[in-house]
Amino acid sequence: MTEIGLTPAEAQAAALEQASGARIAATEADGHITSTGLTNEKLGMWVFLGSECLLFGGLISTYLLYKHNNQAGGPLPHELYDIPFTSISSFVLLMSSLTMVLAVGAAARGDGPKLRTWLLTTALLGSVFISGQVYEFQSFVKEGMGFTTNSASSAFYTLTGFHGVHVTVGIIMLISVAVLSWRGRIPKERAESVEIVGLYWHFVDVVWIIIFTVVYLIK
Amino acid sequence: MSDTLTTDVTDEHTDHHPSDRHYVNIAIALALITGLEVGTYYLDLPSVALLIVLFVLMGIKFFLVASQFMHLKFDSAILSRIFYGGLFLAVIVYTVALSTFRLFNLF
Repeated sequence: MTEIGLTPAEAQAAALEQASGARIAATEADGHITSTGLTNEKLGMWVFLGSECLLFGGLISTYLLYKHNNQAGGPLPHELYDIPFTSISSFVLLMSSLTMVLAVGAAARGDGPKLRTWLLTTALLGSVFISGQVYEFQSFVKEGMGFTTNSASSAFYTLTGFHGVHVTVGIIMLISVAVLSWRGRIPKERAESVEIVGLYWHFVDVVWIIIFTVVYLIK
Repeated sequence: MSDTLTTDVTDEHTDHHPSDRHYVNIAIALALITGLEVGTYYLDLPSVALLIVLFVLMGIKFFLVASQFMHLKFDSAILSRIFYGGLFLAVIVYTVALSTFRLFNLF
């Protein structure tokens, strides 16, 4: 018998039940808790973002290598940049990070209406950014710089296009979370779901911070 | 037991969340730095000086978003190691790769 009056078999069964209960609660609240004390979902998102650094590093490097290469003729990207326009787009994307972090805060407080408001505002700002990018691409094509015009244009469209696709995926994620919240599927205990989407969104923002400086501002 | 664990995880998250005012201040700082960056573009600075100023401003913006908005400052240190580790690796790998193409001779 143990000191609390249970046989070893009973104590073992109680411990197993207790551990099982803890795991179920952890799963319901924040996904599977790993030995690091973090959930698999959050850890997985950070590992994914670490790998994305390598992806965008490769695309930025390719652009830097080819930015002066117009052996095939046609204008180079930096000859067509509209810096005031791109600056406003950058500002819009930066402010979307603010609304995103306010959404994460609202989720942590369990404030559903504010969560949805900030999520949809973030999605709207992201859409404004994407609209600006589409307008920029159209104006570049009108100026005679298509995707296959020269190596520099291919590298430019691939880099900024990949970033645009990431922003678009982020907008879809934001709207999906807003809809889930509307249906009552994002209670305070599942605030981490919003935080994980927020991590992705902020990453897209920091990538643009680098692209804006390296691609647009460095002459 | 299960109720206790659920509450602990949620409370820990809430405690580490700075106020909305704090985030607004960070966003104002980011907007001002972006304004400085754009202003620098129009200054007739030597190439090296321009590069240094732009990279410093970019680094500050990057760090502010990563540490404050992405919560790296408040979260587990392992997340900072994963993210900054990936970033450091990317910078080293691509700097070496670009050096082999003599990219830095262009400046």
